[in-house]
Amino acid sequence: MEDHIKFKQRVKAIYTMLLGVFALFTLAAFTVIYLISNPSVFEKSESEAKYVDVIEEDDYDKIENGIHVRTGLVEAEGLMAVVNNCTNCHSAKLVTQNRMNKERWISTIRWMQETQNLWDLGPNENIIVDYLVANYPPAKKGRREVLKDIEWYVLSE
Amino acid sequence: MKRRNFVRKAVLGTMTTVIGADIVFGNLLPKGYQPLALQDPDPFKMFDKDKGMVVLNDKPWNIEARAHLLDDQITPNKFMFIRNNGIIPEDIDVGKWTLTIDGESVKQSKTYTLTELKSKFPHYTYQLTLECGGNGRSEFDPPAKGNQWTVGAVSCARWTGVRLRDILEDVGIKNDAVYVGYHAADVHLSRDPKKEPISRGAPMSKIMQDETLIAFEMNGEDIPLAHGYPLRLVAGGWPASVSGKWVNRISVRNIIHDGTKMTGTAYRVPCNPVAPGEKVKDEDMCIIESMPVKSLITYPKTGATIKEGQKLNIRGHAWAGELEVSKMEYSIDFGSTWRQCSLEKPTNRLAWQHFGVKVAFPKKGYYEVWARATGSNGISQPMLLPGWNPKGYLNNACHRIAIKVA
Repeated sequence: MEDHIKFKQRVKAIYTMLLGVFALFTLAAFTVIYLISNPSVFEKSESEAKYVDVIEEDDYDKIENGIHVRTGLVEAEGLMAVVNNCTNCHSAKLVTQNRMNKERWISTIRWMQETQNLWDLGPNENIIVDYLVANYPPAKKGRREVLKDIEWYVLSE
Repeated sequence: MKRRNFVRKAVLGTMTTVIGADIVFGNLLPKGYQPLALQDPDPFKMFDKDKGMVVLNDKPWNIEARAHLLDDQITPNKFMFIRNNGIIPEDIDVGKWTLTIDGESVKQSKTYTLTELKSKFPHYTYQLTLECGGNGRSEFDPPAKGNQWTVGAVSCARWTGVRLRDILEDVGIKNDAVYVGYHAADVHLSRDPKKEPISRGAPMSKIMQDETLIAFEMNGEDIPLAHGYPLRLVAGGWPASVSGKWVNRISVRNIIHDGTKMTGTAYRVPCNPVAPGEKVKDEDMCIIESMPVKSLITYPKTGATIKEGQKLNIRGHAWAGELEVSKMEYSIDFGSTWRQCSLEKPTNRLAWQHFGVKVAFPKKGYYEVWARATGSNGISQPMLLPGWNPKGYLNNACHRIAIKVA
């Protein structure tokens, strides 16, 4: 009888162990399968965290290829004075689209001060005007320009 | 065996679950990202515009079409240019929207709700050409200040509304009325509530025309927000700035309206011609009324390469402000010779007209197809830039496309 009981206990112990091993195996298998089917599960959260950091701290005034990315303005002396004074009310695109000489940039500033609530620029005015004249001067176009930037394609009707 | 089977099924089941979860996760991901996308507004989504449209300015929004996008006979919203002077009104409550008619020259001021306007007066639908006064500004030399429009600040949609004349007759206007000015719900860029971004108008003769509408529908639907929802003025053939958006007040004036962008140099050209770059005093600048004769080749897109011997079908639209276009021509030799295109009558007055022609090229090489419209007064589009003006308005020089025969 005792042998019989011992045998039963051993069987039970082996059974329990096998069950444990099986459970671990299943867990491991599931983990492996999950990782195989979803390899980026860890990377994603890391890169997201990095992305937020980059946007909020380091790269707010990032310069790429000589262009201030956030506004599209050319990087040159006086850039930040222009960013801080000229992009509050209107888009920087209104600056980068236009080409004027010194006199006309100044008269544009006066017009904005007289009619559009632009503040007195103080010592920044010279910095801003010099920046604009140096980077956005008028280009000669003549009475009609040649067609530029043509994207050629084949047309078969 | 049974256990093995169970394991296999379990693993398969898990895989399915995992993949399933992955797909569900994938589906949810863009939704989770949408709030971020809204923080950095995509104008194409926000205004339902085609991706080929060109954003000139994002504060205020100014977006133009390219010639080949304007091929439709009736311009759909997705290809319609946006020219804003201020900030688009926020929180529009259509139920509370009213239109007030006031000014020195009304017998008494009167206010209508939207429902009253729609039920009291007969509805009319017209296809109307709206072109920004500064369309083509980018070509002027010396350059003119402002948004550098190329060719795409023009549209011709179907507008439905009531005649402004009918409203004014219901209100009762005095004999001394000379001009009408609009006021609207858009906000000045500085957010100063005392400033209006734009408040223009037109003389009584234009206001009393059949086609001058207070519109509430564009192409059979509510006017899109960026184009003046829920109510706008539409005065075809004149600078589009006359057609005020988000209009809530109309003032009948006994003087030429003196609202924002009516005075100074805005929407004005020198009364007498000036040399390029010449300074012009404010008092020597005159208000633009009818837009000049103009046309656009909308098919094919510039840059087409065709085979030798292949004929090329071209088509497009032509318009002439208050007038009708009476002749449409094209040239493939820079104006040495001109040939006639077929030209349709407008669907109604102030709608653009469609032209088309089959073009043959004599030999291989590079060509430009130039298009030239002539108005009913015999005046044609110039091949060169028209008279220079300080603000770069009214460039109606011939449109052209590049073609290669290989």
